[in-house]
Amino acid sequence: MRVLVAVKRVIDYNARVRVKPDKSGVDLKNVKMGMNPFCEIAVEEAVKLKEGGSASEVVAVTIGPKAAGDTLRTALAMGADRGVHVLEDGEVQPLAVAKLLAALTRREEATLCMLGKQAIDDDSNQTGQGLAGLLGWPQATFASKVVVDREAGRASVTREVDGGLETLSLKLPAVITADLRLNEPRYATLPNIMKAKKKKVDTVTAQELGVDITPRLKLVKVEEPAKRQAGVMLSSVKELVDRLRNEAKVI
Amino acid sequence: MRFGRCPSGTMMGSVPRLWRSISQRMGLSTLVLAEQKGGRLDPSTAQAVSAARALGGPVTLLFSGRGLGGAPSAGAALEGVTAVLTADDEALDHQLAEPAGALIVAVQQRRSFTHILAPSSTHGRNLLPRAAAKLDVQAVADVVEVQGPCTFVRPIYAGNALATVETPAEGLQMLTVRTTSFPPAPARAGNPAAIEPVSAEELQAAKDASSTSAWVSEEVGTSERPDLGQARVVVSGGRALRSAENFALLEALADALGGAVGASRAAVDAGYVPNDLQVGQTGKVVAPDLYLAFGISGAIQHVAGIKDAKTIVAVNTDADAPIFEVADYGLVGDLFEVIPQLQAELAAAKAQ
Repeated sequence: MRVLVAVKRVIDYNARVRVKPDKSGVDLKNVKMGMNPFCEIAVEEAVKLKEGGSASEVVAVTIGPKAAGDTLRTALAMGADRGVHVLEDGEVQPLAVAKLLAALTRREEATLCMLGKQAIDDDSNQTGQGLAGLLGWPQATFASKVVVDREAGRASVTREVDGGLETLSLKLPAVITADLRLNEPRYATLPNIMKAKKKKVDTVTAQELGVDITPRLKLVKVEEPAKRQAGVMLSSVKELVDRLRNEAKVI
Repeated sequence: MRFGRCPSGTMMGSVPRLWRSISQRMGLSTLVLAEQKGGRLDPSTAQAVSAARALGGPVTLLFSGRGLGGAPSAGAALEGVTAVLTADDEALDHQLAEPAGALIVAVQQRRSFTHILAPSSTHGRNLLPRAAAKLDVQAVADVVEVQGPCTFVRPIYAGNALATVETPAEGLQMLTVRTTSFPPAPARAGNPAAIEPVSAEELQAAKDASSTSAWVSEEVGTSERPDLGQARVVVSGGRALRSAENFALLEALADALGGAVGASRAAVDAGYVPNDLQVGQTGKVVAPDLYLAFGISGAIQHVAGIKDAKTIVAVNTDADAPIFEVADYGLVGDLFEVIPQLQAELAAAKAQ
């Protein structure tokens, strides 16, 4: 079974986000970038499936500019076998990403697609679902546990839903998106980073894959959210209760 | 007429009459994917209806599942709802994405709505993007403001920026809406909308798609407290609580205030509470009147989930914790001393 795992290069999750003064977007110049945290979890799970004997090969895929190649190398250093880089400099919206991944899934004859549940830059939470819809495959989003039964050709997936957990049984091929608690991603060790440099990376374009990636949504502007008014520091619980009752009037 | 030229800055709920008449002339019509649990209408549906009304056209609700109970009638009584569709069938039990997604596609192909909306719950976010891809639509996620039939505002980068996006004026548009940003549509007196089942062909589409996945089991939290996403007061704890047992302190305080209990990711990862209590970018977004954060440092991922609370109170031993930057009232102190004092003061205040 071949697993396709999708990774996205995003702003580092600890970096401070600054909106550009001309409201055209977020300033990413000189900002630390890295692999989207949910993608790291997806890669870890794919590599674990291989180590456990459920998967035969893990193919990591990224879509983005040349710099996204670093993110792909990180996935290879974590244990993915080879990479595919869809080279695109412009904006690629989730539906277009899903179409590109669907084309690659067919080309690579993958049986399982692993993605993160959302990217921490656009916070869309759509790509995995869209991919499953386009392929006509079953989906399990927000996964916190994955068990693959190769013989039965099924995956048992526990999902984090509002109000608790839900377990589904999916017939493979399928699409799974990783939630935070699925696993603890491993660090790429120096020897593995060196080995990753020798692993094969294929470069393709959207055009070669026959996918139209023209953005459908037009970004009008990006603004800072309204700042909360500075609060006050209090010195006693008595004062707090008094303020909550008589000033904020919330209790 | 290009809706892209809609004036910006208009608040939801005060859509000018001009638009409403334009919307009606343009034949705008909105389908809302309604949510119900155990045959009871989920409050998120009334909030999504409120967002749908801001678009201007008539609003149809779609209920799907097995055993819809009184939910469709409750939905039919909401202000602004003009029609209710139901799909009550075994194939739609537990609302799996494959049959439920196929149903949405079939309903759209037959009825040609201009907009399809779902609450941005785990349920709505599971279903809507799947159906959108099948209908070749780029959906807009987590809308916090409707500025016009094709102009929407949504948070990005964990709520550190707000993006205004325009969808193409032509064709179907699909959105998930952040329910805490919209007031629930009120129930109206008299004249409920007509309730009608979907056609046999539409239901068949769902049945045909139901073979690839199966529901196995669920573990549901059995809290008597109000739902975290809807509570007026939320009492939250972080790593500083130090153990699962200590969360009982927060529970007692939450009960005294009639509120819900929440937690930071650190508390969830440490195993103090189940993950459905997590508040933040990757958990629940809350907007209560009062949010009390005990022993929470205030990482951006957590603050993303509480920014819209009316009043934020932070109690932390570290005077430099970033949570104090967003708190309306801050108290530097040990939560194990503050909480009992707070309960005593609340009891005293109540007795007055």
